[in-house]
Amino acid sequence: MSESIIPESELEEVELYHPKSWWTEKVFSQDAKLIAIQYGLTAFAIGFVALVLSWFMRIQIAFPEMAIISEGTYYQFITMHGMIMVVYLLTALFLGAFGNYLIPLMVGARDMVFPYLNMVSYWTYLVAVLVLFVSFFTPGGPTGAGWTLYPPQAILGGTPGQETGIVLMLVSLCIFIVGFTMGGLNYVITVLQARTRGMTLMRMPLTVWGIFTATVLALFAFPALFVSAVMMLFDKLLMTSFFMPALVEFGENLSYGGGSPILFQHLFWFFGHPEVYIVALPAFGIVSDLISIHARKNIFGFRMMVWAIVGIGALSFIVWAHHMYVSGMNPYFGFFFATTTLIIAVPTALKVYNWILTLWKGNIHLTIPMLFCLGFIVTFLNGGLTGLFLGNVIVDVPLSDTYFVVAHFHMVMGIAPVLVILGAIYHWYPLITGKMLHDGMGRFHFWITFVGSYLIYFPMHYLGFIGVPRRYYEMGQTEALYTSSAADLNVFITIAALAVGFAQLVFIYNVFWSAKNGKVAEKNPWKSTSLEWQTPEQPPIHGNFGKELPVVYRWAYDYSVPGAEDDFIPQDVPNEKVKLAEGYTELGVEKT
Amino acid sequence: MSATSKVPLKDGMEGFVSDWASDQRAFKGVPWGKAMMWIFLLSDTFIFSIFLIGYMTARWSTVEPWPNTSEVFALTVNGVSVPLLLIAIMTFILITSSGTMAMAVRSGYQKKRKQAAALLYLTAILGLSFVGMQAFEWSKLIEEGIRPWENPFGARQFGSIFFMVTGFHGFHVSVGVIFLFITARKVLRGDYDTGRRGFFTWQKGRYEIVETMGLYWHFVDLVWVFIFAFFYLW
Repeated sequence: MSESIIPESELEEVELYHPKSWWTEKVFSQDAKLIAIQYGLTAFAIGFVALVLSWFMRIQIAFPEMAIISEGTYYQFITMHGMIMVVYLLTALFLGAFGNYLIPLMVGARDMVFPYLNMVSYWTYLVAVLVLFVSFFTPGGPTGAGWTLYPPQAILGGTPGQETGIVLMLVSLCIFIVGFTMGGLNYVITVLQARTRGMTLMRMPLTVWGIFTATVLALFAFPALFVSAVMMLFDKLLMTSFFMPALVEFGENLSYGGGSPILFQHLFWFFGHPEVYIVALPAFGIVSDLISIHARKNIFGFRMMVWAIVGIGALSFIVWAHHMYVSGMNPYFGFFFATTTLIIAVPTALKVYNWILTLWKGNIHLTIPMLFCLGFIVTFLNGGLTGLFLGNVIVDVPLSDTYFVVAHFHMVMGIAPVLVILGAIYHWYPLITGKMLHDGMGRFHFWITFVGSYLIYFPMHYLGFIGVPRRYYEMGQTEALYTSSAADLNVFITIAALAVGFAQLVFIYNVFWSAKNGKVAEKNPWKSTSLEWQTPEQPPIHGNFGKELPVVYRWAYDYSVPGAEDDFIPQDVPNEKVKLAEGYTELGVEKT
Repeated sequence: MSATSKVPLKDGMEGFVSDWASDQRAFKGVPWGKAMMWIFLLSDTFIFSIFLIGYMTARWSTVEPWPNTSEVFALTVNGVSVPLLLIAIMTFILITSSGTMAMAVRSGYQKKRKQAAALLYLTAILGLSFVGMQAFEWSKLIEEGIRPWENPFGARQFGSIFFMVTGFHGFHVSVGVIFLFITARKVLRGDYDTGRRGFFTWQKGRYEIVETMGLYWHFVDLVWVFIFAFFYLW
């Protein structure tokens, strides 16, 4: 605790690119902070499209007699909603936006290591988003194959969007992966090779740990999606038969033959399951930091938290087939994957315990970021526990493809990470804009979002138990199968969903309103220790830190240290410079 | 630059971890570009592994017989059918180009500007001839009626997988050739001695870039060895 050795600098001072025109400064910027904002706004824009799609679907399920959308459109909306939310919103937001903004600032770097590549990464992502969006306006519309895009149905007649929608979807995914790889290499190398003096890996905030590990997962998981997308494109465009067995369509023998649809499922989920943790790990990291800051207490079990992140990341590569229990695998396979799935619950539960133990006897400030964190813990716990149900083969088989599954993954990788994103925006908004978000609107937003999403997804568990299948655009004449309560519940869920949707509009209004009219944020408003708040200017300017990069003397969690006058010690303050509280001769040593 | 810490490491796992987690850099003395190339190649390894796994699965799942590779890939020289002749030459050329690449890296670090540039040009030309021979092989197979969607010699997956995987590898080689020419020109012009800035990135280059380029080239070469074994010898 007492050593303040300043390590020598191993890295030369980097030369930053200084933009010469408005275009290179504001549009084709190489500054990670602006790239982050570009990523964030694009992700939110396309995410909003997906949100609106979900409103249409909910209205259709609740009031089928209105016939607001047709069954084909329903499938298209479900597909686009899923794919946009998982890949184009959550992945891009956590890694592209938060990663770009926070990694250089939190590890004490002037920028990402390859700023030019970083810029290209964003523009490639934008092209991917546009290609995806264009599919709404092509003949036949976007693909309606479900976000898992299972062949053979994804590219056969009868599936909406099989003309061009599926092609654009696969092309867009390939472009996204290329763009992400450029960004991802940046994030990984910045964390590994460009930290400031004193910033050992074990002094990095957990936010960086989460984003870093998630990026490594993405770099190794996206290749599976890339290859399967290329192969399916070939099946569609060149009539190859990678995934296509011999088929008869409308009494006609198709020219396909000899392919394996199960291969696609394996490849897809080899990507798909790590993807869950690509979204979850940054959320874990961010929530750990926010809880620690807003409870004024060091994170409980920091090293354990780091190892849990790394462990979850490694395990996430050997659980994929638990998505395929009903695909007709060898039962022993299911046994293996059920076991690994249950093992992954151990480090995950450990993290939840540590969050709760961090809160225990903390000086909890019920700020809006803290409220979102508490909401996250509860929601994640709920979604995690239903995961244990679905991870067991015999429990999963009857629940498979019911609303129970919908409730589970929306709780665990929909609502939970989104709550963290929202909390993180309330937390870092003052840093990015220099203004505070409006508190009243924020609290309204939180309560409607949190309570509302419980009202949406909690009843879905019940719907799943009584066997209501997912992806049906109406229940039809099924009173004999499901009680009328199912229909009533669907109406209730839709009303809750629309209320939550309205709250998001309030949030969007708040973001734009506060940027102009918000209260000017004081320096380091949350009294945080990590480096992003210690920059000379707030918001930080190009190059992040002043003439000299900060030197790090401590971990990011020195809150309420006995003996210190303030209840936090920033990472770049050496022990000698800490103002001591009255009655102390040294940190932690009382005058006798 | 002090790469080693003065604090002695603890034994076992703890020392291993604290060494990795140590100040500023995980890989001491490794430039950013080189570290990036390694991570990229790891990611690319996943791509090629999955291609090969897809290939193996297709070979198992198809119901038609797989064509006899020593017949399909044979060249007729003076009326004698020599199996794998073209592939043997292609493989030899690509592996030779790895050798010239390694020599270019060495000359680069010795700051022998002209020698390094000459070796890089040689590597690029060898790579180009590989791509040319691949184009020849493709056109020969296409002439014989093999297409991604059909194959007169047996399972249609043979054609699909072959064109996809060798095409993807050929794309890697082509990209490598383009960058080899660019790097060679930069070396010859002395960009890495004078610190001339890159056109796009505005960064100063160093001779380490030759090594980073070399990593990529050796990787492409290594992948070819696997493709050779799995497609032509199996």
